Amino acid sequence: MKMIGTEPRLYEEHLNPTLMNRILKIPSLLVGGAMFAVLIILAVSIPFISPYDPSEQNLSAFLQPPSAEHWLGTDQLGRDLFTRLIYAARTDLSIMVLAEIVPFCMGILLGMLAGYYGKWVDKIISLITDTFIAFPFYLIVIIVAFASGAGERGIYITFMLVGWIVFARVVRGLSASYRKQEWVASAQTLGLPGIRIILRHLLPNVLPQAVVVLMTDMVGLLVAIVTLGYLGIGIAPPTPDWGTMISDGQSFITTAWWLSAVPGFAVVYTGIALSLVGDGLADLWRKK
Amino acid sequence: MSTSPILEVEALSLSTKSNQKLVQDVHFSLGRGESLGLVGESGSGKSLTLRSILGLLPSGVEQTGGSIRSDVSSAMVFQDPRGALDPLCTVVKQLAEVVYYRQKLSRKASRVAALELLELLGLPDSLKREDRYPSQLSGGQCQRVVIALALACKPGILLCDEPTTALDVTVQQQIIETITRLQRELGFAMVFVTHNLAIAATLCSKLCVMKQGRIVEHGDSLAILQNPQNPYTQMLINSVLPLPELEGSE
Repeated sequence: MKMIGTEPRLYEEHLNPTLMNRILKIPSLLVGGAMFAVLIILAVSIPFISPYDPSEQNLSAFLQPPSAEHWLGTDQLGRDLFTRLIYAARTDLSIMVLAEIVPFCMGILLGMLAGYYGKWVDKIISLITDTFIAFPFYLIVIIVAFASGAGERGIYITFMLVGWIVFARVVRGLSASYRKQEWVASAQTLGLPGIRIILRHLLPNVLPQAVVVLMTDMVGLLVAIVTLGYLGIGIAPPTPDWGTMISDGQSFITTAWWLSAVPGFAVVYTGIALSLVGDGLADLWRKK
Repeated sequence: MSTSPILEVEALSLSTKSNQKLVQDVHFSLGRGESLGLVGESGSGKSLTLRSILGLLPSGVEQTGGSIRSDVSSAMVFQDPRGALDPLCTVVKQLAEVVYYRQKLSRKASRVAALELLELLGLPDSLKREDRYPSQLSGGQCQRVVIALALACKPGILLCDEPTTALDVTVQQQIIETITRLQRELGFAMVFVTHNLAIAATLCSKLCVMKQGRIVEHGDSLAILQNPQNPYTQMLINSVLPLPELEGSE
């Protein structure tokens, strides 16, 4: 027998490019990330960029068209539209992120339990998710928002109740398919406790998919926050919010169309950015 | 034959829920340190028989009769080594985890024990310095990790479910040599499922030939190879392809 080396060499299935290199090869992730970053940078630095206060009224300068002084003009109460727009991004985006935390964690956990244990655990969790799915999403949102009182609190309560369903369903399906794979059976026969398998082995495997869902779900959540604001049961004035801005500008749509169009565009812009990030992340993890 | 068997399978029957019989009336027993080969074609029920020992039957299959009695713990080596490892967990970590839960050592001691197992299995030393994901290892290396995982349970019986089928021929040879060496060193008993009669005969002193869920012939490996009684066994022996004679080479 011929000796090739003193020590067997490890074999690399593929050269492992660095994470950064792989990210740079995915245009949707780059573009989406850049779009979202611009928004975040603006939202963080707005007190230094703009000399105006978002809720300070100046009735002598109302409904002005865009100018060097007021980049996007002023609204019916003379407030600077650009300043309000970015302050509204602060409100809406932070609520969007905060309201997703609990549903995200809860959905993943329940989904894994249902998918991994199957049987009655799965039956109960699936029964709840299917019941919620049977109702139109906005019907539940509006009812709960009304019942829990308008404002931020209502939004958090609503999404804690219904937001986890999406994650639970996706993760349940994934977990059930991993459950059939040999390595889960292997881990069980090797005597690892179930909860250990779920948290240390199943979780890392389902997490990428859940994060992709999170991105698209955040878009939906943002639209819901804006819708509630538009309907007057979301964030209460004078806190700037894209939804209330759209509804405020509605009366002046023929003379000052940008009052409604600009916050509407901001929603679309954020939606596109998040969707691109989600799509890019899906690509990133698929290629791995 | 003086020691009592550590594993006894008696009149084992397995069926699907719709009552289709998959395995019928299977008997065998295994003594300490012995190795038994279960051979047969695909679908003959050999893998199911093996899995039933661990209670690892796929959903929809039930044990409908017979009994399995075992005094010692058993651990399984799977057919597809890559499929038997968590793709997103590095291998030394997986190994240390099993050692931690099965041998009740501290985390640090578990890692040391895991590294010892790696050495025992002939895995490269570089794993000690830099842990790898299963996708960064070759199929043969993955299978060595899987065997290490099974051995981390300090099993009395090692159940092998066609552990060489997914590997190429030269690697098969190495894995079989490794298993033989480990069995000599550690003295575990083994049930080895394969469709390869040659492999089974090299590794095992006793063979059971299975066909359509029944054992059609069993006995000492040599006796079966030299003097097969059942026509199916004869067919299996004859179906081992000889190397083709190369044209033009006189």
